[in-house]
Amino acid sequence: MYTQAMDLGPKDEAKTLKTAEEHQLQQRFDERIDAGEFIEAKDWMPDNYRKTLVRQISQHAHSEIVGMLPEGNWIGRAPSLKRKSILLAKVQDEGGHGLYLYAAGETLGTSRDQMLEALHTGKAKYSSIFNYPTLTWADVGVIGWLVDGAAIMNQVPICRCSYAPYARAMVRICREESFHQRQGFESLLTMMTHGTEAQRAMVQDATNRWWWPSLMMFGPPDAESPNTAQSMRWGIKRISNDDLRQKFVDAAVEQARVLGVSLPDPELKWNPEREHWDFGAIDWSEFWRVVNGHGPNNKERLATRVKAWDDGAWVREAALAHAAKQSNVKEAA
Amino acid sequence: MSVVKSEWPLWEVFVRNKAGLDHKHCGSLHAADPRMAIQLARDVYTRRQEGTSVWVVRSDQIVASDPGDKDMYFDPMEDKVYRHPTFYALPSEVDHM
Repeated sequence: MYTQAMDLGPKDEAKTLKTAEEHQLQQRFDERIDAGEFIEAKDWMPDNYRKTLVRQISQHAHSEIVGMLPEGNWIGRAPSLKRKSILLAKVQDEGGHGLYLYAAGETLGTSRDQMLEALHTGKAKYSSIFNYPTLTWADVGVIGWLVDGAAIMNQVPICRCSYAPYARAMVRICREESFHQRQGFESLLTMMTHGTEAQRAMVQDATNRWWWPSLMMFGPPDAESPNTAQSMRWGIKRISNDDLRQKFVDAAVEQARVLGVSLPDPELKWNPEREHWDFGAIDWSEFWRVVNGHGPNNKERLATRVKAWDDGAWVREAALAHAAKQSNVKEAA
Repeated sequence: MSVVKSEWPLWEVFVRNKAGLDHKHCGSLHAADPRMAIQLARDVYTRRQEGTSVWVVRSDQIVASDPGDKDMYFDPMEDKVYRHPTFYALPSEVDHM
Protein backbone atom coordinates (compact mmCIF):
# COMPACT_ATOMS: atom_id res chain seq x y z
CA MET A 1 0.00 0.00 0.00
CA TYR A 2 1.49 3.32 -1.05
CA THR A 3 0.53 5.32 1.96
CA GLN A 4 1.89 6.70 5.17
CA ALA A 5 -1.50 8.02 6.26
CA MET A 6 -2.57 4.90 8.18
CA ASP A 7 -0.03 5.57 10.85
CA LEU A 8 -0.43 2.43 12.93
CA GLY A 9 3.07 1.16 12.34
CA PRO A 10 5.55 0.18 15.01
CA LYS A 11 7.70 3.16 14.00
CA ASP A 12 7.08 5.21 17.16
CA GLU A 13 7.07 2.22 19.47
CA ALA A 14 10.56 1.39 18.29
CA LYS A 15 11.96 4.31 20.21
CA THR A 16 10.69 3.02 23.54
CA LEU A 17 11.61 -0.60 22.94
CA LYS A 18 13.97 -2.28 25.34
CA THR A 19 17.35 -3.18 23.94
CA ALA A 20 16.62 -6.90 24.06
CA GLU A 21 13.44 -6.42 22.08
CA GLU A 22 15.19 -4.22 19.59
CA HIS A 23 17.84 -6.84 19.21
CA GLN A 24 15.18 -9.43 18.53
CA LEU A 25 13.51 -7.21 15.90
CA GLN A 26 16.84 -6.63 14.22
CA GLN A 27 17.50 -10.37 14.15
CA ARG A 28 14.06 -11.08 12.70
CA PHE A 29 14.64 -8.37 10.08
CA ASP A 30 18.00 -9.84 9.07
CA GLU A 31 16.43 -13.29 8.77
CA ARG A 32 13.72 -11.94 6.50
CA ILE A 33 16.30 -10.21 4.29
CA ASP A 34 18.37 -13.42 4.13
CA ALA A 35 15.28 -15.41 3.18
CA GLY A 36 14.68 -12.99 0.30
CA GLU A 37 11.43 -11.69 1.79
CA PHE A 38 10.08 -8.25 0.96
CA ILE A 39 9.82 -5.52 3.59
CA GLU A 40 6.58 -3.52 3.54
CA ALA A 41 6.04 0.05 4.71
CA LYS A 42 4.62 -0.79 8.12
CA ASP A 43 7.10 -3.55 8.97
CA TRP A 44 9.82 -2.89 11.50
CA MET A 45 13.10 -1.81 9.89
CA PRO A 46 16.42 -0.47 11.20
CA ASP A 47 16.67 3.33 11.18
CA ASN A 48 19.59 3.30 8.79
CA TYR A 49 17.75 1.06 6.34
CA ARG A 50 14.92 3.61 6.34
CA LYS A 51 17.32 6.56 5.98
CA THR A 52 19.26 4.92 3.16
CA LEU A 53 16.04 4.22 1.29
CA VAL A 54 14.67 7.73 1.76
CA ARG A 55 17.93 9.13 0.42
CA GLN A 56 18.11 6.77 -2.55
CA ILE A 57 14.42 6.88 -3.52
CA SER A 58 14.16 10.67 -3.24
CA GLN A 59 17.34 11.15 -5.27
CA HIS A 60 15.92 8.79 -7.83
CA ALA A 61 12.63 10.73 -7.92
CA HIS A 62 14.45 14.06 -8.25
CA SER A 63 16.45 12.64 -11.15
CA GLU A 64 13.26 11.74 -13.02
CA ILE A 65 11.81 15.22 -12.54
CA VAL A 66 14.99 17.16 -13.33
CA GLY A 67 15.53 14.74 -16.24
CA MET A 68 12.44 16.21 -17.90
CA LEU A 69 14.29 19.50 -18.44
CA PRO A 70 17.10 18.67 -20.92
CA GLU A 71 14.67 16.88 -23.24
CA GLY A 72 11.72 19.19 -22.64
CA ASN A 73 14.01 21.79 -24.15
CA TRP A 74 13.52 20.09 -27.54
CA ILE A 75 9.75 19.45 -27.60
CA GLY A 76 9.07 22.70 -29.41
CA ARG A 77 11.85 22.08 -31.92
CA ALA A 78 11.36 18.39 -32.75
CA PRO A 79 11.88 17.83 -36.50
CA SER A 80 8.51 16.19 -37.17
CA LEU A 81 5.10 15.69 -35.58
CA LYS A 82 5.94 12.02 -35.05
CA ARG A 83 9.16 12.81 -33.16
CA LYS A 84 7.38 15.50 -31.19
CA SER A 85 4.61 13.10 -30.08
CA ILE A 86 7.21 10.52 -29.06
CA LEU A 87 9.24 13.06 -27.11
CA LEU A 88 6.14 14.42 -25.36
CA ALA A 89 5.14 10.90 -24.32
CA LYS A 90 8.64 10.20 -23.04
CA VAL A 91 8.89 13.40 -21.01
CA GLN A 92 5.42 12.74 -19.60
CA ASP A 93 6.60 9.25 -18.59
CA GLU A 94 9.54 10.76 -16.70
CA GLY A 95 7.11 12.93 -14.73
CA GLY A 96 5.06 9.82 -13.95
CA HIS A 97 8.17 7.94 -12.86
CA GLY A 98 9.07 10.76 -10.50
CA LEU A 99 5.60 10.51 -9.03
CA TYR A 100 5.73 6.73 -8.48
CA LEU A 101 9.05 7.20 -6.70
CA TYR A 102 7.96 10.11 -4.52
CA ALA A 103 4.96 7.97 -3.51
CA ALA A 104 7.32 5.10 -2.60
CA GLY A 105 9.46 7.55 -0.60
CA GLU A 106 6.40 8.83 1.24
CA THR A 107 5.64 5.33 2.56
CA LEU A 108 8.80 5.68 4.66
CA GLY A 109 7.33 8.57 6.61
CA THR A 110 8.78 11.55 4.77
CA SER A 111 6.42 13.99 3.06
CA ARG A 112 6.42 15.03 -0.59
CA ASP A 113 7.03 18.62 0.46
CA GLN A 114 10.00 17.63 2.61
CA MET A 115 11.59 15.83 -0.31
CA LEU A 116 10.98 18.73 -2.69
CA GLU A 117 12.31 21.20 -0.13
CA ALA A 118 15.52 19.16 0.05
CA LEU A 119 15.84 19.28 -3.74
CA HIS A 120 15.07 22.98 -4.01
CA THR A 121 17.53 24.00 -1.31
CA GLY A 122 20.27 21.91 -2.88
CA LYS A 123 20.44 19.48 0.06
CA ALA A 124 19.35 16.49 -2.03
CA LYS A 125 21.21 15.35 -5.11
CA TYR A 126 19.95 14.14 -8.46
CA SER A 127 21.74 12.26 -11.21
CA SER A 128 24.78 14.23 -12.40
CA ILE A 129 23.95 13.47 -16.04
CA PHE A 130 21.18 16.07 -16.19
CA ASN A 131 23.62 18.89 -15.59
CA TYR A 132 24.89 18.62 -19.16
CA PRO A 133 23.31 20.66 -21.96
CA THR A 134 21.32 19.29 -24.93
CA LEU A 135 22.93 21.20 -27.78
CA THR A 136 21.43 19.53 -30.86
CA TRP A 137 18.54 17.28 -31.85
CA ALA A 138 20.93 14.32 -31.88
CA ASP A 139 21.35 14.79 -28.11
CA VAL A 140 17.73 13.74 -27.66
CA GLY A 141 18.42 10.46 -29.46
CA VAL A 142 21.68 9.85 -27.62
CA ILE A 143 19.98 10.50 -24.27
CA GLY A 144 17.49 7.76 -25.15
CA TRP A 145 20.17 5.37 -26.30
CA LEU A 146 22.93 5.91 -23.71
CA VAL A 147 21.40 7.76 -20.75
CA ASP A 148 18.16 5.77 -20.64
CA GLY A 149 20.15 2.66 -21.51
CA ALA A 150 22.37 3.21 -18.47
CA ALA A 151 19.35 4.05 -16.34
CA ILE A 152 17.61 0.80 -17.33
CA MET A 153 20.71 -1.22 -16.54
CA ASN A 154 20.82 0.46 -13.12
CA GLN A 155 17.13 0.07 -12.51
CA VAL A 156 16.39 -3.51 -13.51
CA PRO A 157 18.14 -4.99 -10.44
CA ILE A 158 16.18 -2.60 -8.19
CA CYS A 159 12.99 -4.38 -9.27
CA ARG A 160 14.20 -7.03 -6.78
CA CYS A 161 14.94 -4.50 -4.02
CA SER A 162 14.02 -5.77 -0.55
CA TYR A 163 11.81 -2.72 0.07
CA ALA A 164 8.59 -3.69 -1.68
CA PRO A 165 7.05 -0.27 -2.44
CA TYR A 166 10.31 0.73 -4.18
CA ALA A 167 10.51 -2.59 -6.03
CA ARG A 168 6.90 -2.24 -7.24
CA ALA A 169 7.55 1.29 -8.50
CA MET A 170 10.64 0.05 -10.33
CA VAL A 171 8.76 -2.77 -12.04
CA ARG A 172 6.33 -0.24 -13.46
CA ILE A 173 9.12 2.15 -14.44
CA CYS A 174 11.24 -0.49 -16.18
CA ARG A 175 8.25 -1.69 -18.16
CA GLU A 176 7.68 1.83 -19.47
CA GLU A 177 11.31 2.78 -19.86
CA SER A 178 12.25 0.30 -22.54
CA PHE A 179 10.49 2.37 -25.19
CA HIS A 180 12.66 5.32 -24.17
CA GLN A 181 15.86 3.61 -25.16
CA ARG A 182 14.44 2.10 -28.34
CA GLN A 183 13.00 5.36 -29.63
CA GLY A 184 16.36 7.07 -29.08
CA PHE A 185 18.28 4.40 -30.91
CA GLU A 186 15.79 4.34 -33.77
CA SER A 187 15.94 8.12 -34.12
CA LEU A 188 19.76 7.97 -34.34
CA LEU A 189 19.67 5.03 -36.75
CA THR A 190 17.34 7.01 -39.02
CA MET A 191 19.81 9.88 -39.13
CA MET A 192 22.78 7.57 -39.66
CA THR A 193 21.20 5.58 -42.50
CA HIS A 194 18.99 8.16 -44.26
CA GLY A 195 20.51 11.42 -43.06
CA THR A 196 22.93 13.89 -44.52
CA GLU A 197 26.64 14.05 -43.79
CA ALA A 198 25.96 16.91 -41.38
CA GLN A 199 23.36 14.84 -39.52
CA ARG A 200 25.73 11.90 -39.19
CA ALA A 201 28.39 14.25 -37.83
CA MET A 202 25.82 15.58 -35.36
CA VAL A 203 25.10 12.05 -34.07
CA GLN A 204 28.83 11.38 -33.67
CA ASP A 205 29.33 14.67 -31.84
CA ALA A 206 26.47 13.95 -29.43
CA THR A 207 27.84 10.44 -28.81
CA ASN A 208 31.26 11.91 -28.04
CA ARG A 209 29.81 14.32 -25.49
CA TRP A 210 27.46 11.88 -23.69
CA TRP A 211 29.60 8.72 -23.58
CA TRP A 212 31.75 9.50 -20.53
CA PRO A 213 29.00 11.19 -18.48
CA SER A 214 26.86 8.08 -19.17
CA LEU A 215 29.56 5.81 -17.73
CA MET A 216 29.65 8.04 -14.64
CA MET A 217 25.93 7.40 -14.07
CA PHE A 218 26.81 4.08 -12.42
CA GLY A 219 28.53 5.95 -9.62
CA PRO A 220 32.06 5.87 -8.18
CA PRO A 221 34.22 2.74 -8.51
CA ASP A 222 33.45 -0.08 -6.05
CA ALA A 223 36.66 0.61 -4.13
CA GLU A 224 35.38 4.12 -3.38
CA SER A 225 31.78 3.20 -2.59
CA PRO A 226 31.80 2.65 1.16
CA ASN A 227 28.04 2.13 1.38
CA THR A 228 27.81 -0.58 -1.24
CA ALA A 229 28.46 -3.49 1.13
CA GLN A 230 25.73 -2.42 3.53
CA SER A 231 23.26 -1.79 0.71
CA MET A 232 24.02 -5.23 -0.70
CA ARG A 233 23.54 -6.79 2.75
CA TRP A 234 20.12 -5.14 2.95
CA GLY A 235 19.09 -6.19 -0.53
CA ILE A 236 18.69 -2.57 -1.64
CA LYS A 237 21.49 -2.93 -4.14
CA ARG A 238 21.98 -6.19 -6.04
CA ILE A 239 24.87 -5.55 -8.45
CA SER A 240 27.93 -3.34 -7.84
CA ASN A 241 28.64 -0.08 -9.70
CA ASP A 242 31.61 -1.48 -11.60
CA ASP A 243 29.81 -4.67 -12.65
CA LEU A 244 26.86 -2.69 -14.01
CA ARG A 245 29.18 -0.28 -15.80
CA GLN A 246 30.99 -3.19 -17.48
CA LYS A 247 27.68 -4.70 -18.55
CA PHE A 248 26.69 -1.36 -20.07
CA VAL A 249 29.98 -0.96 -21.98
CA ASP A 250 29.76 -4.51 -23.32
CA ALA A 251 26.25 -3.86 -24.66
CA ALA A 252 27.00 -0.36 -26.00
CA VAL A 253 29.97 -1.43 -28.13
CA GLU A 254 27.82 -3.62 -30.34
CA GLN A 255 25.06 -1.00 -30.47
CA ALA A 256 27.57 1.64 -31.61
CA ARG A 257 28.78 -0.70 -34.34
CA VAL A 258 25.23 -1.20 -35.66
CA LEU A 259 24.68 2.53 -35.52
CA GLY A 260 27.94 3.28 -37.29
CA VAL A 261 29.38 5.66 -34.70
CA SER A 262 32.66 5.38 -32.83
CA LEU A 263 32.90 5.60 -29.06
CA PRO A 264 35.35 8.27 -27.85
CA ASP A 265 37.74 5.95 -26.03
CA PRO A 266 41.02 4.88 -27.72
CA GLU A 267 41.55 2.26 -25.00
CA LEU A 268 38.33 0.41 -25.76
CA LYS A 269 39.48 -3.13 -26.56
CA TRP A 270 38.09 -6.65 -26.34
CA ASN A 271 39.76 -8.65 -23.61
CA PRO A 272 39.46 -12.36 -24.47
CA GLU A 273 40.64 -13.42 -21.00
CA ARG A 274 38.02 -11.44 -19.13
CA GLU A 275 35.53 -11.83 -22.00
CA HIS A 276 34.66 -8.18 -21.54
CA TRP A 277 35.56 -4.91 -23.20
CA ASP A 278 38.40 -3.02 -21.48
CA PHE A 279 37.88 0.72 -21.37
CA GLY A 280 39.88 3.80 -20.46
CA ALA A 281 40.04 5.61 -17.13
CA ILE A 282 37.04 7.72 -16.16
CA ASP A 283 37.71 11.31 -15.12
CA TRP A 284 36.28 11.13 -11.60
CA SER A 285 37.31 14.68 -10.83
CA GLU A 286 34.77 15.79 -13.44
CA PHE A 287 32.13 13.56 -11.84
CA TRP A 288 32.66 15.08 -8.39
CA ARG A 289 32.77 18.59 -9.83
CA VAL A 290 29.35 18.07 -11.42
CA VAL A 291 27.88 16.28 -8.39
CA ASN A 292 29.02 19.12 -6.16
CA GLY A 293 27.22 21.72 -8.21
CA HIS A 294 29.78 22.91 -10.75
CA GLY A 295 28.65 21.18 -13.94
CA PRO A 296 27.69 23.16 -17.03
CA ASN A 297 23.97 23.39 -16.12
CA ASN A 298 23.57 22.79 -12.36
CA LYS A 299 22.47 26.30 -11.53
CA GLU A 300 20.13 26.61 -14.49
CA ARG A 301 18.43 23.24 -13.83
CA LEU A 302 17.79 23.92 -10.17
CA ALA A 303 16.63 27.48 -10.84
CA THR A 304 14.13 26.15 -13.40
CA ARG A 305 12.76 23.61 -10.89
CA VAL A 306 12.44 26.19 -8.13
CA LYS A 307 10.75 28.66 -10.46
CA ALA A 308 8.22 26.03 -11.60
CA TRP A 309 7.45 25.19 -7.97
CA ASP A 310 7.11 28.84 -6.90
CA ASP A 311 5.08 29.81 -9.96
CA GLY A 312 2.71 26.91 -9.26
CA ALA A 313 2.11 27.87 -5.62
CA TRP A 314 -1.08 29.81 -6.36
CA VAL A 315 -2.50 26.85 -8.31
CA ARG A 316 -1.90 24.47 -5.41
CA GLU A 317 -3.49 26.90 -2.98
CA ALA A 318 -6.43 27.67 -5.25
CA ALA A 319 -7.17 23.96 -5.73
CA LEU A 320 -7.26 23.42 -1.98
CA ALA A 321 -9.44 26.50 -1.46
CA HIS A 322 -11.82 25.25 -4.15
CA ALA A 323 -11.97 21.81 -2.53
CA ALA A 324 -12.70 23.36 0.89
CA LYS A 325 -15.44 25.54 -0.60
CA GLN A 326 -17.04 22.58 -2.39
CA SER A 327 -17.10 20.48 0.77
CA ASN A 328 -18.65 23.41 2.71
CA VAL A 329 -21.38 23.70 0.07
CA LYS A 330 -22.00 19.97 0.34
CA GLU A 331 -22.21 20.06 4.13
CA ALA A 332 -24.59 23.04 4.11
CA ALA A 333 -26.89 21.27 1.63
CA MET B 1 10.27 28.99 -0.71
CA SER B 2 8.99 27.56 2.54
CA VAL B 3 7.33 24.18 2.84
CA VAL B 4 3.60 24.55 2.19
CA LYS B 5 1.81 23.52 5.37
CA SER B 6 -1.12 21.90 3.64
CA GLU B 7 -0.20 19.31 1.04
CA TRP B 8 -2.93 18.04 -1.21
CA PRO B 9 -4.35 14.92 0.46
CA LEU B 10 -3.16 11.46 -0.52
CA TRP B 11 -5.36 9.06 -2.50
CA GLU B 12 -5.01 5.38 -3.29
CA VAL B 13 -5.67 4.38 -6.88
CA PHE B 14 -7.35 1.17 -8.03
CA VAL B 15 -7.50 0.28 -11.71
CA ARG B 16 -9.59 -2.32 -13.56
CA ASN B 17 -7.45 -3.60 -16.44
CA LYS B 18 -10.33 -4.83 -18.53
CA ALA B 19 -14.02 -5.53 -18.21
CA GLY B 20 -14.67 -8.60 -16.13
CA LEU B 21 -11.60 -8.28 -13.90
CA ASP B 22 -11.53 -6.73 -10.45
CA HIS B 23 -10.02 -3.38 -9.55
CA LYS B 24 -6.46 -3.70 -8.34
CA HIS B 25 -4.45 -1.30 -6.21
CA CYS B 26 -1.74 0.25 -8.34
CA GLY B 27 -0.38 3.25 -6.47
CA SER B 28 -1.19 6.59 -4.95
CA LEU B 29 -1.19 10.28 -5.72
CA HIS B 30 -1.91 13.69 -4.22
CA ALA B 31 -5.01 15.60 -5.34
CA ALA B 32 -7.09 18.44 -3.94
CA ASP B 33 -10.51 16.85 -4.52
CA PRO B 34 -12.16 13.68 -5.86
CA ARG B 35 -12.56 14.95 -9.40
CA MET B 36 -8.92 15.91 -9.65
CA ALA B 37 -7.90 12.58 -8.11
CA ILE B 38 -9.78 10.64 -10.80
CA GLN B 39 -8.34 12.79 -13.57
CA LEU B 40 -4.76 12.51 -12.31
CA ALA B 41 -5.19 8.76 -11.76
CA ARG B 42 -6.08 8.45 -15.43
CA ASP B 43 -3.08 10.53 -16.50
CA VAL B 44 -0.60 8.79 -14.21
CA TYR B 45 -1.69 5.16 -14.18
CA THR B 46 -3.38 4.49 -17.53
CA ARG B 47 -1.10 6.11 -20.11
CA ARG B 48 -0.90 2.83 -22.03
CA GLN B 49 -4.50 1.67 -21.87
CA GLU B 50 -3.90 -0.15 -18.59
CA GLY B 51 -7.43 0.59 -17.47
CA THR B 52 -11.11 0.66 -18.31
CA SER B 53 -12.19 1.95 -14.90
CA VAL B 54 -10.53 3.76 -12.01
CA TRP B 55 -11.38 4.04 -8.31
CA VAL B 56 -9.77 6.49 -5.94
CA VAL B 57 -10.15 6.57 -2.18
CA ARG B 58 -8.63 8.89 0.40
CA SER B 59 -5.71 7.03 1.99
CA ASP B 60 -6.79 8.07 5.48
CA GLN B 61 -10.13 6.33 4.88
CA ILE B 62 -8.57 2.90 4.44
CA VAL B 63 -8.65 0.56 7.41
CA ALA B 64 -5.93 -2.07 7.28
CA SER B 65 -4.93 -5.06 9.35
CA ASP B 66 -1.95 -4.48 11.59
CA PRO B 67 1.22 -6.10 10.18
CA GLY B 68 2.15 -6.97 13.76
CA ASP B 69 -0.90 -9.26 13.88
CA LYS B 70 0.00 -11.02 10.67
CA ASP B 71 0.89 -14.39 12.23
CA MET B 72 -2.01 -14.36 14.67
CA TYR B 73 -4.47 -13.44 11.94
CA PHE B 74 -3.43 -15.65 9.09
CA ASP B 75 -1.51 -18.64 10.45
CA PRO B 76 -4.55 -20.47 11.90
CA MET B 77 -5.61 -21.25 8.34
CA GLU B 78 -2.37 -23.08 7.68
CA ASP B 79 -3.50 -26.45 9.09
CA LYS B 80 -6.94 -26.45 7.50
CA VAL B 81 -5.94 -28.34 4.40
CA TYR B 82 -9.37 -29.99 4.30
CA ARG B 83 -10.66 -26.69 2.88
CA HIS B 84 -8.94 -27.50 -0.41
CA PRO B 85 -10.31 -29.94 -3.00
CA THR B 86 -6.90 -31.60 -3.34
CA PHE B 87 -7.23 -32.91 0.24
CA TYR B 88 -9.68 -35.56 -0.96
CA ALA B 89 -8.26 -38.56 -2.82
CA LEU B 90 -10.88 -40.10 -5.07
CA PRO B 91 -10.76 -43.04 -7.51
CA SER B 92 -9.39 -41.92 -10.84
CA GLU B 93 -12.68 -42.66 -12.66
CA VAL B 94 -14.43 -39.90 -10.71
CA ASP B 95 -11.46 -37.66 -9.94
CA HIS B 96 -12.60 -34.95 -12.37
CA MET B 97 -15.68 -33.98 -10.40
